[in-house]
Amino acid sequence: MKNKKTLTTLALMLGVYALGHILILTGVINDYSFAVLATTGINIILATSLNLVTGFTGQFSLGHAGFMSIGAYVCAIITQRVEGTVGFVLGVLAGASAAALVGVLVGLPTLRLRGDYLAIATLGMAEIIRVLFLNMEITNGAAGLSFLPRFVDWNWLFLLTAGTLVLLSNFLHSSPGRACISVREDEIAAESMGINTTKYKVTAFSMGAFFAGVAGAMYASYFYFLKPDLFNFNKSIDILVIVVLGGMGSLSGSVIAAVLLQLISTWLSAFPELRMVIYSLMLVAIMLFRPQGLLGSTEVTELLSAKLPQLFGGKGGQKKEEGV
Amino acid sequence: MLEIRDLNVHYDMIHAIKGVSLEVHQGEIVTLIGANGAGKTTTLRTIAGLKKPTSGAITLKGEEITAASPRHRVQMGQALVPEGRHVFPGMTVLENLELGAYLRRDKAGIAADIEMVCGYFPILKDRRKQLAGTLSGGEQQMLAMARALMSRPEILLLDEPSMGLSPLLVSEIFAIIKTINGAGTTILLVEQNAGMALSIASRAYVMETGSIVLSGTGAELMESDEIRKAYLGG
Repeated sequence: MKNKKTLTTLALMLGVYALGHILILTGVINDYSFAVLATTGINIILATSLNLVTGFTGQFSLGHAGFMSIGAYVCAIITQRVEGTVGFVLGVLAGASAAALVGVLVGLPTLRLRGDYLAIATLGMAEIIRVLFLNMEITNGAAGLSFLPRFVDWNWLFLLTAGTLVLLSNFLHSSPGRACISVREDEIAAESMGINTTKYKVTAFSMGAFFAGVAGAMYASYFYFLKPDLFNFNKSIDILVIVVLGGMGSLSGSVIAAVLLQLISTWLSAFPELRMVIYSLMLVAIMLFRPQGLLGSTEVTELLSAKLPQLFGGKGGQKKEEGV
Repeated sequence: MLEIRDLNVHYDMIHAIKGVSLEVHQGEIVTLIGANGAGKTTTLRTIAGLKKPTSGAITLKGEEITAASPRHRVQMGQALVPEGRHVFPGMTVLENLELGAYLRRDKAGIAADIEMVCGYFPILKDRRKQLAGTLSGGEQQMLAMARALMSRPEILLLDEPSMGLSPLLVSEIFAIIKTINGAGTTILLVEQNAGMALSIASRAYVMETGSIVLSGTGAELMESDEIRKAYLGG
């Protein structure tokens, strides 16, 4: 059962990779569509990693763009100095680790706060990071860094995006992952079971920061150009919108929402005057009709394993199939 | 088994627990009764490690645990069923039970214990794939107790298991508490339903505004005029 699932996932991933490769070779995906694709991949990483913090562990964070900017700047500064792919790999690792470290440092004092208080604290943290980058020499202040080397091609984009998804999904199904979810479900109960709630909140928070750092590093190594204003409050909100829209506590929901929102905003670029109006109206409409997000807290695989057998006349219909 | 000496607990400026001492011996059912706001729940939460005391000492099986983490206390064989059930609503009954055994690594033992607690609460077996949030109040209380048992506690701390349940269910829950105790688990029971609690308790303490005002065997307190007037309705 479990092996079959892993094989299906693997086959699906290889299929997506091959399809992308063929489309790029045949020129169906040109430079412009690849930029859209890269943005989608980066958004998938940002949204799923924020979902780990907010959707699965229940800690409302408004500072994800701050962690992304750390990854972006650290990676950019390294790739400017160390040449070639070595520099890029080093940059991604260093950027993500730096973001995770800041995540631990910020998380330890602030994760005792709940709900709106934590949101304000993380918001403040992201602003401090932005102002620091604005005033540092090595980041070139408000003018930002430009002519950064580009490394992200389809191989890297796919590897990093799929890798993030696999790692997050495995973590959530592991014992520490269950502990994180139990913190969201009921903190008092989790603590009475002997689960160290602070530890798992900080773990989820810094893991989320790590992958936000990966996304930032990819951004820096694809779009040539960085400035602090790219990572303002609005960016954090954009990521949160994807998470809420896809469903808090659903990785596949975040993936679907990231793709969907990218398609909508690409399509809307044909109507520049009305773009934001239509986009906002669509968000309002989706939230009115699906307040729990597109997938709620279920995953696509669970939905399929529940619905498919019904379609084919089998018995099925049970949501959770895992045994003891 | 469990001993509390001169415990003081504050919520900011409010002195909630004022010098409480009590002990629970191996194999007993001890109950802590009293009115709303007397400090029963705070006492229990402090014993479980969810609230830090200002002063005093808590000893479990001869080891001082006053400053120990909740995790350490669970590992030592203590489990709390918190007030108001606190199940994990978005998880299935089975997942709730598995989380109760979070600190254990013996897969076979866990599977056996799931069978065991489903023996105490047969309804949970029928509902094991159902989300805990969709259970009735009584079923959630049973799940909360079953989940606590999954850590194989030597002493079970029960906070108001009768809260919000119908009289019929209350009797059922209390019968199960006696069964669990009969199987060797020591029990410290906090209750507002004094009559029910005293009827199964070997010993009892009465709390009023943060202090223990009376103690004795269950039967003694049942006969006491003061208790009859204040808690048992004449």
